[in-house]
Amino acid sequence: MTSHFSLLLLFALLVSIVFAVLLRDDPREQLRTAALMFGGFTGAALLLGWVMYPLPL
Amino acid sequence: MPEDMTTKSTVVERAQSEPGMLARVCLAAWVVPGAGHLWLGRRSKGVVFLLVLTIMFAIGLLLEGRIFPFELSEPLVALAAVADAGLGVPWIIARVAGAGEGTVTAATYEYGNTFLIAAGLLNFLVVLDAFDIATGRK
Repeated sequence: MTSHFSLLLLFALLVSIVFAVLLRDDPREQLRTAALMFGGFTGAALLLGWVMYPLPL
Repeated sequence: MPEDMTTKSTVVERAQSEPGMLARVCLAAWVVPGAGHLWLGRRSKGVVFLLVLTIMFAIGLLLEGRIFPFELSEPLVALAAVADAGLGVPWIIARVAGAGEGTVTAATYEYGNTFLIAAGLLNFLVVLDAFDIATGRK
């Protein structure tokens, strides 16, 4: 449970929940926003990790 | 009008008209994460903030993160201390109990710091949201 990726997922999940509840009032909208943000955080992390993979050159 | 709506509007009206009420709502929101929303009648939001932010803070401590001291000679440490302090009572309890010493050699040290700092900063946003609700902006 202490791998970098699992902690990244846990952090992204908790931050997404807080932001979604802050930004939206309707529970369905909150769920949708949280899911989108979680996907965005995770996808961005994977993409950045992939881009940085060859570094240092 | 449903009772919940009456409670919400009454507290918001009082916060807008009564001097000091707005400050008390913001103080409550800082001291206990989500308390401002609970007070303003946004119960589900308040419960979510209380649970999620407290869990984030607890995870940060479990990951051997450090609750930073206010050291003005080290600006980044001082900023991290301000962020940690954003969580109110859990931060006070952790400091009094001597938790959050931080283990620099632990593999999870930086992860723990990230959880602790993010929890505090998110609670500052929650306080601002409670302020907006109390002033009728939301």
